Amino acid sequence: MILLIGATSIGLILALLALGVYLSFRIFNFPDITADGSITLGAAVTATLLAHHWAPAVATLAGFAAGMVAGTITGLLHTKFKINELLSGILVMTALYSVNLHIMGKSNVPLLNESTLASQAEQVASYLFRGPADLNVLGWPVSIRDFAVLSGVLALVVLVGLLLYLFFQTNLGTAMRATGDNPQMIRALGVSVDYILILGLALSNGLIALAGSLLAQYQGFADVQMGIGMVVWGLASVIIGESLVGGRRIGLLIVGAVMGSILFRQLVAIALRWGLNPNDLKLITAGFVFVALVAPALLRKFKSAPAKPAAA
Amino acid sequence: MLEIANITKTFHPGTPNEVRALRDVSLRLEAGSFLIIIGTNGSGKSTLLNAVAGTFLVDEGQIGLAGHSITRWSEHQRAKLIGRVFQNPFSGTAPNMSIAENLALAARRGQPRGLGWGLTRKLRQELQARIRTLNMGLESRIDNPIGTLSGGQRQALTLLMASWLKPELLLLDEHTAALDPKSADQVIRLTHEIIQRDRLTTLMVTHSMQQAVNLGNRIVMMHRGRVLHDLQGPERARVRPEDLLKRFDEVRRREQLDPAVADMLQKNYV
Repeated sequence: MILLIGATSIGLILALLALGVYLSFRIFNFPDITADGSITLGAAVTATLLAHHWAPAVATLAGFAAGMVAGTITGLLHTKFKINELLSGILVMTALYSVNLHIMGKSNVPLLNESTLASQAEQVASYLFRGPADLNVLGWPVSIRDFAVLSGVLALVVLVGLLLYLFFQTNLGTAMRATGDNPQMIRALGVSVDYILILGLALSNGLIALAGSLLAQYQGFADVQMGIGMVVWGLASVIIGESLVGGRRIGLLIVGAVMGSILFRQLVAIALRWGLNPNDLKLITAGFVFVALVAPALLRKFKSAPAKPAAA
Repeated sequence: MLEIANITKTFHPGTPNEVRALRDVSLRLEAGSFLIIIGTNGSGKSTLLNAVAGTFLVDEGQIGLAGHSITRWSEHQRAKLIGRVFQNPFSGTAPNMSIAENLALAARRGQPRGLGWGLTRKLRQELQARIRTLNMGLESRIDNPIGTLSGGQRQALTLLMASWLKPELLLLDEHTAALDPKSADQVIRLTHEIIQRDRLTTLMVTHSMQQAVNLGNRIVMMHRGRVLHDLQGPERARVRPEDLLKRFDEVRRREQLDPAVADMLQKNYV
């Protein structure tokens, strides 16, 4: 149970990563590798500010803003300097590694004794429930910290998901979706495709950095290596989510990305519990994304291929 | 009013693939007039349309529209003044978005887009009413993705979108060429209605001599990046599809002559 709660909390936090990846990969069809760097950037900025005793909410917002700056730079590299999409992301991601080290001043910033959003949530919860260290949820003892963090993260992700959904219904958000769908058309309707792409990448990386910021506060440290492979994890969540909800409607896909992220983390937790070597995790994730990307096309081919006459 | 003055465009200059697509083209189009451009393949008629739309910037010359000099404006800036329908029915609409959302996007052509609600109830009713005038039965399907519609339906909607906010100039780039004859007829009828109703200044490229003769009040024939004939007034009124075809034949005969002449010159002088 504790395992599942932990996995769900991480899954919810990384749902923000999944939403960011959904925005760049699916809305714009832009394979944005910046994510690996921007999730660490969010963690680094927030952790450093927390270590300097800033208010957790402000430190978290600063992490979000830093991610937006990173996304803007990737967007500028691609649109203004005509650098290939993947390469723009790789350049910014690589540069961010040094930037993150500079921000943190060392490769790892612990937050165990700092006030974070997690510790604040715990305080609120213990005030509300007045005392007991453990809560009884459906017969399981759950520590008040886990419970507080889980509900706090859930509330935040629901809020972000809802805001994102509402954003996509506004004039600007509709134009953003159309930019990914048919850039020629939206240009003919007077929208600067470059501007919208930069804005979208800023938003995407802001969300991803927010995930990093929350992850650092949840696990109690920021580490310069923590972003490696995150794009693929986010993509895995998005793909799982798409197969969970099926439809193409934007609201469903947002819910799907969140659900996909949670399910993915739970699967990972269970697999690790069963004795999967943690070192193999990224290999298996990459393999999974490969299969998920290739399988639909293969299945179609398989179905449409004329049935071969049975061998005599 | 559209004023094109001495525009020139060369693609891939200085390479073996150099194409002089527009050579010193000038055209003046009064407000409310409907100009049809015809020409052989590669004559520069679509290039001329794209030069006006801002798909690329011209090398030389000036383009003025409705009192603005738009020569250096980018494509999306020009969209404030210009409505467009493309040859490919897939180009003018966003396939994964609903009919209503597509039209809502067009209802803000060239205007700033902020955080206001995109598809308000009022706009929904308005666009439902306008879609009903198409007589295609689409008004009950406005929440379906536009990608599920036929090419003719998509072109009709694109036409509606291009003219939703009355444009200073409507550009039609062979917008029925990819359609079956029945849909093409329907779209042409709609084109005629909309242009008549809103008295739109229009520039239309077509391959169909029939369309060229039946629509519009002026015909320009292009060849090799130049304006070859400009038929207006009584001359335009008398012209029949056969006359246009005859002019094409003249051009073709001259083309056939050219290589032979070149050969002879080479033999004599090299």
